[in-house]
Amino acid sequence: MVAKKLNIQSMIFKLEQFWSSKGCMVMPSYDVEKGAGTMSPYTFLRAVGPEPWAACYVEPSRRPADGRYGDNPNRLFQHHQFQVVIKPAPKDIQQYYLDSLEVLGINPLEHDIRFVEDNWENPSMGCAGVGWEVWLDGMEVSQFTYFQTVGELAVKPTMSEITYGVERLASYIQDVNSVFDLEWGNGVLYRDIFKQPEYEHSKYAFEMSDQDQLLSFFDIYEKTAKRLLSQHLVHPAYDYILKCSHTFNLLDARGAVSVTERAGYLARIRTMAHEVAVAFVEEREKRGFPLLKSAEEKKAGLEHD
Amino acid sequence: MTKNYLFEIGTEEMPAHVVTKSVQQLADRTSKFLKANVLSFKSIKTFSTPRRLALLVEALADKQADIDEVKKGPAESIAKDDAGNWTKAAQGFARGQGMTTDDIYFDTLKGIKYAYVHVHQVGRQTSDILLGMSEIVKAMTFPTKMRWDSHEFEFVRPIHWLVSLYGNQVAPVKILDVVAGRKTEGHRFLGDSVVLAKADDYEDALKNQFVLVNASERKNLITQQIEALVAKHHWTIKLDQSLLEEVTNLVEYPTVFAGSFDEKYLGIPKEVLITSMKDNQRYFEVYDQVGKLLNHFIAVRNGNTTYLSNVVSGNEKVLVARLDDAQFFYDEDRKYPLSHFVDRLKNVSFHDKIGSMAEKMCRVRTIGHCLAKRWQLSSTVLQDFDRASELYKFDLVTQMVGEFAELQGVMGMHYARLAGENEAVSVAIREHYLPNTAEGDLPETVVGALLSVADKLDTIITFFGAGMIPSSSNDPYALRRYSYGIVRILLNQKWSLPVNEVLPELIATVDGQTPAKLPKTEAADQAIEDFIRDRIKQYMQKNKVRYDIISAVLASSQQDLRQILVAADVLSAHHDDAAFRPVVESLTRINNILQKAKFDANGPVAANLFSGETEPVLAADVAKLATSTSLPALYDGFVALQPVIDAYFNENMILADDPAVQTNRLRQLQQISDLAAQLGNLSELVIK
Repeated sequence: MVAKKLNIQSMIFKLEQFWSSKGCMVMPSYDVEKGAGTMSPYTFLRAVGPEPWAACYVEPSRRPADGRYGDNPNRLFQHHQFQVVIKPAPKDIQQYYLDSLEVLGINPLEHDIRFVEDNWENPSMGCAGVGWEVWLDGMEVSQFTYFQTVGELAVKPTMSEITYGVERLASYIQDVNSVFDLEWGNGVLYRDIFKQPEYEHSKYAFEMSDQDQLLSFFDIYEKTAKRLLSQHLVHPAYDYILKCSHTFNLLDARGAVSVTERAGYLARIRTMAHEVAVAFVEEREKRGFPLLKSAEEKKAGLEHD
Repeated sequence: MTKNYLFEIGTEEMPAHVVTKSVQQLADRTSKFLKANVLSFKSIKTFSTPRRLALLVEALADKQADIDEVKKGPAESIAKDDAGNWTKAAQGFARGQGMTTDDIYFDTLKGIKYAYVHVHQVGRQTSDILLGMSEIVKAMTFPTKMRWDSHEFEFVRPIHWLVSLYGNQVAPVKILDVVAGRKTEGHRFLGDSVVLAKADDYEDALKNQFVLVNASERKNLITQQIEALVAKHHWTIKLDQSLLEEVTNLVEYPTVFAGSFDEKYLGIPKEVLITSMKDNQRYFEVYDQVGKLLNHFIAVRNGNTTYLSNVVSGNEKVLVARLDDAQFFYDEDRKYPLSHFVDRLKNVSFHDKIGSMAEKMCRVRTIGHCLAKRWQLSSTVLQDFDRASELYKFDLVTQMVGEFAELQGVMGMHYARLAGENEAVSVAIREHYLPNTAEGDLPETVVGALLSVADKLDTIITFFGAGMIPSSSNDPYALRRYSYGIVRILLNQKWSLPVNEVLPELIATVDGQTPAKLPKTEAADQAIEDFIRDRIKQYMQKNKVRYDIISAVLASSQQDLRQILVAADVLSAHHDDAAFRPVVESLTRINNILQKAKFDANGPVAANLFSGETEPVLAADVAKLATSTSLPALYDGFVALQPVIDAYFNENMILADDPAVQTNRLRQLQQISDLAAQLGNLSELVIK
């Protein structure tokens, strides 16, 4: 097996270090609830428009319907993703990914690593991509996507997104059967940090949440997002769209959304996701696409030397 | 001179299901391209792995053949003026052929002298023509394509390298920023890149780099390794060909291995275990000598045997996590009575424009009753059907089906059995989904068949009612497959369905029971009938019925779907008989006369208006024919009647002077025509 068992935080450090060496900025997690790392503005917003972008970050991902009161060894209300996005996608991005596994002590010659077709999409955010799930000895440990559409806008140049399932990969590396047995760091176990919140969040999502209140939250958040969009205040608008999305997930977990209504809610979120993507590009353009400019200057500088 | 030509496209991992089709597409396009360019070759060999599509064009000519042609121009009188100078016309002709007037010579054709030039076209070099390979790649189609980098161009996955070798020379090709050369890539982990000296080195050079580029070699190797493992452990296996094809295209260098899981999981229904292994993990399940599922599996690694134990234990761990989940769902689901799930179907939408699953089940029950009465099914069948119709969608809200959607129906059957439902009810719950592909298995039990037909009819009627009518190109709810399924079940069970009687009754029933008022149009009901009739056509086409027989029987007066097919069978069976042609001719003659005639068809044929010998004979024979109880008998009757009809025509003038006699005779012909219409409109038949 793997020579030395990395704990979760060492694993994260190593990934951050590795991807930083490949030109990524190491960003903090974004502090609004979301279902996946893709929904962080560091991915969603930065995917659109012509500017280059390279970032990595850990993202807590809340999926109320997957909550199991901390009883299930592999299903969680909140799991963690390690997200890497680079635009334009480097030609050797697959090799970079494999190198990052080696950094974690996973030598491809000692395992079976496969890229199995899986074209990721998130219809509620108007996102679609082409790529794979990456299998490590039969276990899906990462999602690998070339974004084609985000917020219903064509992604040009194409952005690559790699999402490591932190708990999945750590379970493999630490060879445990339950995520709660994982060592987070310095001898502290995952259960000591997350078992109680898992129970409480599940209790809230399935039993204690107030449907009427959530429904009114959704309406208020939507109204706010639209008002902010009309003022072209992109980032606060986006925060409220994220809140809509999470509120919808809470309603869904409660079984409060019928199939008919579901499509309606998703369409409402999708419309706003499209509008905010468009507004983001317009605002960046007004500022002269600063990152595009600095990338060109950097390139010109290099050619000068 | 000829040489072999190697062309390879190196990509990131392609989806397994597109690999074989794509390399075939590449070969077909290349073959067409070479033929269009008049470049001769012997054959094209294909090679493919998840990371490459490649061709070896064998014995490809090194250039196009030179072409020598004589081109005819204007007559001499036009080519030269009176002074004997070349005219503009002559100059233009020569220039058009890439020549000058010096090249023109004259020759006589039918007594007139014409200008000619001899054109020698030098064949283009093959390497020059092969530049066009880039266009072939760009023209390829895939189910899903993608952009990468800043390119507009789309392909199945990003292209990383190209090899284009004609003999030992690189034939230049460029796609985006990738320039073709002689370097190819070995196995991602086990191999290195390798420079090819010549096209023929391809297969062996890559074998040294742990890539088996020959897909059938890979497949054979996997099969052999599986068989060896199976023999070693005294197992048996049902080698699923589509899974074998998939795993062949998931690896470049296969190593087969076996893994196990705890026997305790064998208590879970075997369909769940097989789905977990096959669909989720791409493992082959194995059986003992008497066909009992075992707690072992066989899988294929993309690599060699080094550290194989890591791979085995990793795969076992993944499978166990899945089976643990399945066990959990299985235990949870069994904690509740079936009624618990049935109750929840009120909140499950069938379709948001139509209503809930619970409402659908009520309608299906009524539809089933109408049909059962028509088909005179036994009270036992009806009793079981009633029970099944109360339950049959319940498994949709079980946890197991929530996780393994493809097990809908199967889990329903298992849970129903465990809850003490009888076998007919339990099996019907599974069978109502059948056939689940166009030519898939049909329900075997009567209750299952009835539930399946009733369920599908309800779906079609409500969807049409709600305005969701499939177009020729778009049928998102698979209504075509449902109605085709209905046709196949009816034939299989020998159930008649006179659409003109049954459909209005069922449609009225459904309308009455659908709480949401469907925005249905007047035309919807007719559209349903046409839609179902179209499936009969599809069925006949599928079964290779002659097109003219299909047209004929579809125009028959039959309302019963099954009888339309019986008619097609009768006509097909007798099509090559000597008697067929005269029968069809005489009946077509009758149709033609009737088409032109104007008369009141309502009324009896009066014997007192008969004259001569043949009229009463024909009338008697026709009356007898009208009592035929089956279409084969009816056809035989027409064979016997044909000489009688001919004699009748010989003796009698149909359009007699006496209007009463004329009408009487036309009515006689109308009777014959109506009888023939039970078989079809025989005028549609093409007879040699």
